[in-house]
Amino acid sequence: MSSGDHTAHVHRDDYGSRMGMWLFLFTELILFGGLFLIYAVYRFMYPTEFHVAAMELDTVFGAVNTIILLTSSLTIAMSITALQRNRKTLSLVLQFATILLAISFMVNKYFEWGAKFGYGLYPGSEMLLDKPSGEILFFGLYYTMTGLHGLHVLIGIVFIGIIMYQVWIGRVHSTNYVRLESAGLYWHLVDIIWIFLFPLFYLII
Amino acid sequence: MANGTLYMPETEPNYLDYRGRFKGILGWILSTDHKRIGLLYLYSMGLFLTVGIFFGFMMRLELIAPGKVIIEPQTYNSFFTLHGIIMIFLFIIPGLPAVFGNFFLPILIGAKDVAFPRINLLSWWLFAIGGGLAITSVFLPGGPADTGWTFYVPYSIRSTTNVLPAAFAAFILGFSSILTGINFVTTIHRLRAPGMDWFKMPLFIWSLYATAWIQVLATPIIGITLLLVAVERLFGIGLFDPALGGDPVLFQHLFWIYSHPAVYIMILPAMGVISEIIPVFARRTIFGYSFIAFSSLAIAFFGSLVWAHHMFTAGMSDTGRFVFSLLTFLVAIPSAIKVFNWIATLYKGSIQLAPPMLYALGFIFLFSIGGLTGLMQGALSINIHIHDTSFIVGHFHYVMFGGTGFGIFAALHYWLPKMYGRMYNEKRAKVGFWVLITGFNLLYFPMLVMGWLGMPRRYYDYLPEFHVYHFISTIGSWILITGLLIMAVNLILGVRRGAKATDNPWGGETLEWRIQTPPTHENFHEIPVITGGPYEYKINENGQEEKKYEEVT
Repeated sequence: MSSGDHTAHVHRDDYGSRMGMWLFLFTELILFGGLFLIYAVYRFMYPTEFHVAAMELDTVFGAVNTIILLTSSLTIAMSITALQRNRKTLSLVLQFATILLAISFMVNKYFEWGAKFGYGLYPGSEMLLDKPSGEILFFGLYYTMTGLHGLHVLIGIVFIGIIMYQVWIGRVHSTNYVRLESAGLYWHLVDIIWIFLFPLFYLII
Repeated sequence: MANGTLYMPETEPNYLDYRGRFKGILGWILSTDHKRIGLLYLYSMGLFLTVGIFFGFMMRLELIAPGKVIIEPQTYNSFFTLHGIIMIFLFIIPGLPAVFGNFFLPILIGAKDVAFPRINLLSWWLFAIGGGLAITSVFLPGGPADTGWTFYVPYSIRSTTNVLPAAFAAFILGFSSILTGINFVTTIHRLRAPGMDWFKMPLFIWSLYATAWIQVLATPIIGITLLLVAVERLFGIGLFDPALGGDPVLFQHLFWIYSHPAVYIMILPAMGVISEIIPVFARRTIFGYSFIAFSSLAIAFFGSLVWAHHMFTAGMSDTGRFVFSLLTFLVAIPSAIKVFNWIATLYKGSIQLAPPMLYALGFIFLFSIGGLTGLMQGALSINIHIHDTSFIVGHFHYVMFGGTGFGIFAALHYWLPKMYGRMYNEKRAKVGFWVLITGFNLLYFPMLVMGWLGMPRRYYDYLPEFHVYHFISTIGSWILITGLLIMAVNLILGVRRGAKATDNPWGGETLEWRIQTPPTHENFHEIPVITGGPYEYKINENGQEEKKYEEVT
């Protein structure tokens, strides 16, 4: 609290901070919930087209990204424990590993999307517009949902980066680590949403 | 009801004079003091309200006679869109929680600030940016949005006007609303003073608590929905576009899943304000405290399950319509509980018709009309007849303006002396009230009548038989604006040059009246220990009111 002199009441309430973070995560879940709802409605309306369209997706890309994200959740969780045990350097290394994994997720995603674009499958493309409605909607949802998820990965990278800096300069430390915990919670959210996206788009065919 | 030295007279500067890290305007727009943030909201909202009133005034002027009077049809379409967006997203939704919630929530529960002061400031900045963007979209090339505040697809995808910035503005405002909600829920859970258990909280806090939950749980839905409209316009993914297989009715569901609970975001805090004011000016304990408290939660719960009653004519199964109609009727129960409890509180009370009380009674009168006309629409057969008529417009103005608007005015008259330490002219305030409520009924009651007779809403032109109603309605709008002007001038003059207000001008029992006027930067010298309920007015054997604490002089 560097601006302490300007905040009416300086207090520290880790329980309160965690509570606020959980409430924020609820709102994120509901934000994606709207999209999952739309997915459910259109899957119900166009079961065959969704089946055909899903075969276009490469399960290997999705599976690799799932493994990457699960590992990154592990590293961020370990970094919290490391900081709690006052092993600052180890904690920083693990946070950095999380960021690297997140970046490799995005690189992977870039190649996956790039391949589809190269093939001619993107919103508004002639190839897609020639397909039946259900397939257009499948790819509309695919790009929107994975795109919004990708945006959350990017925000997570920035978030963890800021916390890394704060650990580095000692503002977040072994007895005051609630911010790192919040970053971890956020990252687990990004992970769990992917855990649902992966089967819905890649596995159920 | 509270122990402890709440303030040391004249030793600490009040929050208006307090000098923090920044000076001048920066000391306000970068301040994390909940009281200053409350005032920032008050000022920005006053600005947006003025703009919204201007659009409303112009529409009424246009409708004074059939045919073109002063503006073109396209301008008219933009005006009702902007009137809706500004009044709903920038005035009514944030209205009470952001101004009076921010200012009084920590004080009423005996805290020094909200749980996350800096996120609170961020909320205001997002609000200002969103509001600025909404206003800017009017002047960008392409012309102001003309879809109505509901952004219904497929028109909102095809319209060539600035739907994108307007929808994005609403998205940012939603984010601001979510952050405020998170802040309030956490504050109420974590920062209540010792001894203030849940059932010693003032009822305004209960209503803010219910509101904050709706803000947290419903707002993300409008966020994703508006985001999808933006994606649809930018990339044409087809999710709501029937040409590509999408379903426009799905948009309507998603829109109302938020926007109906949003109605309760608007009205619940106003009900909370009324629950604060009635006991003070009737000098009686509130009747049925726990019923009022739980009815707030019940409204929040049932209110989240009734969204499809906006869509009875949009295409839905009969079973669906039956269920949503039933649920709509159920919401009336907790609302009625509140009204009956307020009336019961007045019974045998020692009623003092001060301006806040007048506005509170005005609220009960107007809200009852709005609520009962709402029940009429909940009935399926009647709904088909009056769907999309000016009956609906009349109804929701009775609820939103007559309810929430009057709630905000009541709160202004009740709390402004505490916020600024100065008193307005009570006589002028009463004159303003009577002019306002007369104009209000002249403006909106004819809408109920002509809607019943078949006048569609949002129409630029109309048949001659509706002329008389439109004419009365427009005259009413002038009287209403006169009333608003009297009120605004009186309050502004009062704040600037009024007599100094005492610490407890109304004789209230809640915590805000126990501290310095205006409050100090940290509200309380010592965090109070709460020992009793918020509305314990007792009359002793001699017929005198019992004082439970000594006035600090």
